[in-house]
Amino acid sequence: MALLEARGVNVAYTPARGVRIWSVRDVDVTLEQGEFVGLVGESGCGKTTLGFALTRMLRPPAHLESGTISFDGVDISTLDGEELRRQRRNGFALVLQSGMNALNPVRTVEHHFGDIFNAHAREGEKYLGAAGRTRGAELLDMVRLDAEVLSRYPHELSGGMRQRVAIALALALEPRFIVFDEPTTALDVIVQGAIMQTIKDLQHDKGFTAVIISHDLGVVLEATSRVMVMYAGRIIEDQPSTDLARGAHHPYTEALLNCYADPRADEVRIEGIPGNPPDLSLAMAGCPYEPRCPLAVEICKETDPPLAPLGRGRAACHVRAPAARAVAAEAPGAR
Amino acid sequence: MTIVTSAPPPQVPGAEAQVPLGPTSDAIPGPLRFVGRALRTLWSNGKARVGLVIIALNILVAVFAPLIARHSPTATDFAPYSSPSATNWFGTTGNGQDVFSQMVYGARISLLVGLGAGALATLVAVAIGLVAGYRPGPIDEVLSFITNLALVIPALPLMIILAAYLQGRSVWTIVLVVAFTSWATGARVIRSQASTLRNRDYVTSAVFSGERLFRIVFREILPNMTSLVAASFFAAATAAIMAEASLEFLGLGNPSTVSWGTILYFAEQQNALLSGQWVLVFAPGLAIALLAVSFTLVNFGVDALSNPRLREK
Amino acid sequence: MPADVQQSAVPPLIVSGVSKIYANRGRREKAVVAVDDVSFTLEPGAAVGLVGASGSGKSTLAKMVTASERPTSGSIRFGDIAVERLRAGSKRQFHLRVQMVFQDPYGALNPLHTVEYTIVRPCENFLRMSPRAARSRAHELLETVGLTPAAQYAAKLPHQLSGGQRQRVVIARALACNPELIVADEPVSMLDVSLRAGVLKLLTGLRQERGLSLLYITHDLLSARVVTDEIIVLNKGKIVEQGPTKQVLQHPKDSYTVQLLDAVATPLASTPANAEPQAR
Repeated sequence: MALLEARGVNVAYTPARGVRIWSVRDVDVTLEQGEFVGLVGESGCGKTTLGFALTRMLRPPAHLESGTISFDGVDISTLDGEELRRQRRNGFALVLQSGMNALNPVRTVEHHFGDIFNAHAREGEKYLGAAGRTRGAELLDMVRLDAEVLSRYPHELSGGMRQRVAIALALALEPRFIVFDEPTTALDVIVQGAIMQTIKDLQHDKGFTAVIISHDLGVVLEATSRVMVMYAGRIIEDQPSTDLARGAHHPYTEALLNCYADPRADEVRIEGIPGNPPDLSLAMAGCPYEPRCPLAVEICKETDPPLAPLGRGRAACHVRAPAARAVAAEAPGAR
Repeated sequence: MTIVTSAPPPQVPGAEAQVPLGPTSDAIPGPLRFVGRALRTLWSNGKARVGLVIIALNILVAVFAPLIARHSPTATDFAPYSSPSATNWFGTTGNGQDVFSQMVYGARISLLVGLGAGALATLVAVAIGLVAGYRPGPIDEVLSFITNLALVIPALPLMIILAAYLQGRSVWTIVLVVAFTSWATGARVIRSQASTLRNRDYVTSAVFSGERLFRIVFREILPNMTSLVAASFFAAATAAIMAEASLEFLGLGNPSTVSWGTILYFAEQQNALLSGQWVLVFAPGLAIALLAVSFTLVNFGVDALSNPRLREK
Repeated sequence: MPADVQQSAVPPLIVSGVSKIYANRGRREKAVVAVDDVSFTLEPGAAVGLVGASGSGKSTLAKMVTASERPTSGSIRFGDIAVERLRAGSKRQFHLRVQMVFQDPYGALNPLHTVEYTIVRPCENFLRMSPRAARSRAHELLETVGLTPAAQYAAKLPHQLSGGQRQRVVIARALACNPELIVADEPVSMLDVSLRAGVLKLLTGLRQERGLSLLYITHDLLSARVVTDEIIVLNKGKIVEQGPTKQVLQHPKDSYTVQLLDAVATPLASTPANAEPQAR
C-alpha cells in the first residue's frame, strides 16, 4: 500500500475581500514508502501550498476545498484536533522554509526538543530530563551537530546550523514522511550543498519518504530520485530524476532546464521563459502553459491535457504525451 | 478519451481589476481623498466599524447638544437630588441641575480633550520619533534620552502636580498637561519603526534618486508608518479621555466647566451613591468608558492603512 | 557611434587598498573585518563581477563604491571624484553618475508609490524636467526595460507586479538620470530562474548600447559568466582570485573558487549519484 495517496486535491485561498485563488488544482499524488521526491516549480505554482496540504498544515484563508489524502491507509483530509495529532505522531512532519527562523529565540535548543517530546509523548515514552537530553543529542548527531548545541540559543548558531536543528526536530518523532519546504533557499550558497547532502544521507539511512519543495530544479535533481514539476497549480510532469536530463519532456520542463548551464563551458547560453504564469483566480480552459508554449496546437487551447505516460514517467502535454495514452493512466479520480 | 477537467474555479469575467490610467504622478492623493480612503479602510473592519459608529454618535451629540439637551446644563432650576423623571431623564444634581443636559454638553469636553490632546501628543511623538529614528548619532541619543526620561516619570502624578500648579484652569490647560505626559510612548515606537524603515532599500533608492531629507522623511518613510501613527493617535486619545476624566474627578480641572469628569466630581462630593442617585455615577462612568473603548476598537482597523494589499477591493 | 563618444567620457573606477572594519564598541568580540585591502580597476564600459558567498565583503564593497558607507582606509576614485570623502551635499551630484540596482525586488520599491512616481522622481530631481516631460521620459524608460505598454504599467503599485517586473522598474529608475556606472547587487538572485535571463540580457544590452560600466555583485557564477568580462573572487574580505571570467571559471586556482563552482547547479550534466527510484 502506498504511504501517501492524495486524490483530486484542490486548494483555494479565499481572502475576506478580493477574489478566490485556486492555487492547487485537481492534483493526484502517490508516494511509496522510502521515496525521495522533489516538487519543483516557480513562484506561485502551488508547490508550497500542496506540501502544506499534504501535511495538513494549511491555515485560513487557505482551505482544502476538495479531495482526499490518505496517509498509511487513514484518510487524514477530514481529521482535526486530537485525531490529527495522533496521526502526526504516527508519522508525518513538515520542515518549514527558513525552518531556522521557526525556532523560538528565547529558548534553548534543548527546550525545543523538550516541547516536542512532551507534546507527543506516547504512553510510557516520556523523554524527560536526562533521557530527553540523550535523545536530543542523538538527533543532533544525525544532522551532524555536536551535542553541546543543545544548550545554545538560536542566535548563537549560524543559519546552516539552525536549519540542521530544524531538521533534527522534525526527526524527533521518527516520522515516516517529511516534507521539506525550500530547505536551502535562505542559506548561503556554499552551505546549501552540505545541507542537501545531509538530507540525502538521512533519507537513505532512515528510509523515510521525503518530499523536497524547491524552485531550483538543479538542486533537486542532484539529490532526489523522482521529480514532480508543477505549473499553475497542477502537476505537469512526473519523472525519475535521472531521466530528466535526457529525452523529451513537457515544454515547460525543457524550458526550465534551459535556464541552467555550466559556467565552465566554452559557450554559455541561458534562456528565460517569456511571458507570465496565468492568473490563478480565473477559470482556465485548455492547457495553462499554452500561451507561452512553442509547441502549442489547436487542442492545447481547448482541452486541459491529463497526465499521460511519457518515458518512464508521465507528463501533461497534448503534443509530447497525447491523451490517447491516458486511458492506460492510473488516475482513478479522472472524470 | 478521458478528459480531466481543471478544478472548478468561478467564472470570473474579465482580467484583473482595471488599473486606472491616471495622470497622477504619485499615489498619495490630496489630504481629503486620503482621509476619505482611510475612513473607508477603517469601515471595512468589523470592530473598527463599531468604534467609528460610537465616535460618530458622540460627535453628533456634542455638535447638536443645544438641540438634544432639553435644558441648560448649568441652570439650577430643579429640585436637587431628585431621581430620574419625565422632566429630568437622569435626575438632578445636588445643585438642582439637570444631569441629562450635563451629560450631553459634557460630551463636548471629553471629545475635545480626547481628540485634542491625542492629536497634540501624536504630533510631538511623530516629530521626535522621526527625527531620532532617521538620523542615528548624537541627535538620536539626546532625543532618546529625553523620551526615556519622559517614560519613566509616572504620568498621573505628574499630571496632578502640573494641573495643581498651573494658573488659569481651563480645558486647554488640561489638553496641554495630558499631551505633555503621554507623547513618550508613541515617540519610542515611532522611532523604532523609523529606524527600521530607514534601512529599507526603497529609502536608499530614494536617496539615489536625488530626494532631499524632508521629502524622504515625509513622503517615503512617514506614509509607510501611517498605521503606526494612527494607532498611536487612537491610543493617546484613549489615554487622554481617561486622564481628563481623572483630573476633573480629582477637582484639578475647572469645576465650573460641565464635563463627565466634573459630574463624577460633584457626585462624589455629594455622596450620590449613598443617596441612591446611582445614575450620577453610572452615566458619566459608562460614557467615558464607552468613548475610550471606541477609540481602541478603531485601532483594530488601523493595520490596513499602511498595507495597500489589505486595502484592495 | 554615440556609445563610443560616451565611453571615452566615462572615467574608470579605481579602488585602491580599501578596507572596512566594523569596530565593536566595548564588547568582547573582536572587530569585524568586512573588507581587507581590496584593489581593482573597472575600466570604462567594462563589466566586472565581484563574486563570493555571504560574508565575503562584496556587498560592503558595493556600498562603499556607491558612497553609502565610508571605507576605514583606502581610496575609491571615479574620475576626479574621491568617493570615500564625499559629503552629503555632493552625493547628489555623484548619484547622477553612479547608480545602484538592488537585490530585493520586494524591498526596493516603496509599496505606496506607483511605478511612474518612482521613475519620475530622479528625472525631476536630476534632470530638472517638468512633470510632463518627466512622465514621458518615464514611459520611454519603461519601454526600454521591456514593460510595454508603458501606460499600463505606469499606474501600477509594486504588489501588483511580479518579481521580474519589479526588478525591471528598479533598472528603469537607475537609468533615469543616464548614469555612467551601475552597481548591481545580486539583481537576479531573488528571481525565479525563468526570469533571470531576461533581466540579465537587459542589463548587458543596456550596457553595450550606452557604454555603461557595470559592477556586478553575485554569489552565482553562472550569471557572472553571462554578464561579466572579468571577475574578482572575494573570500572573507580578501581578493583570492581575479582575471578574465571564462579563464577563471575554466581554470580556477583558489579552492574557494572551486567551492563556488561546485555550488552551481547543473541539472543537465550527467548525475551518476542519482539512485534509481526506490520503493521499499
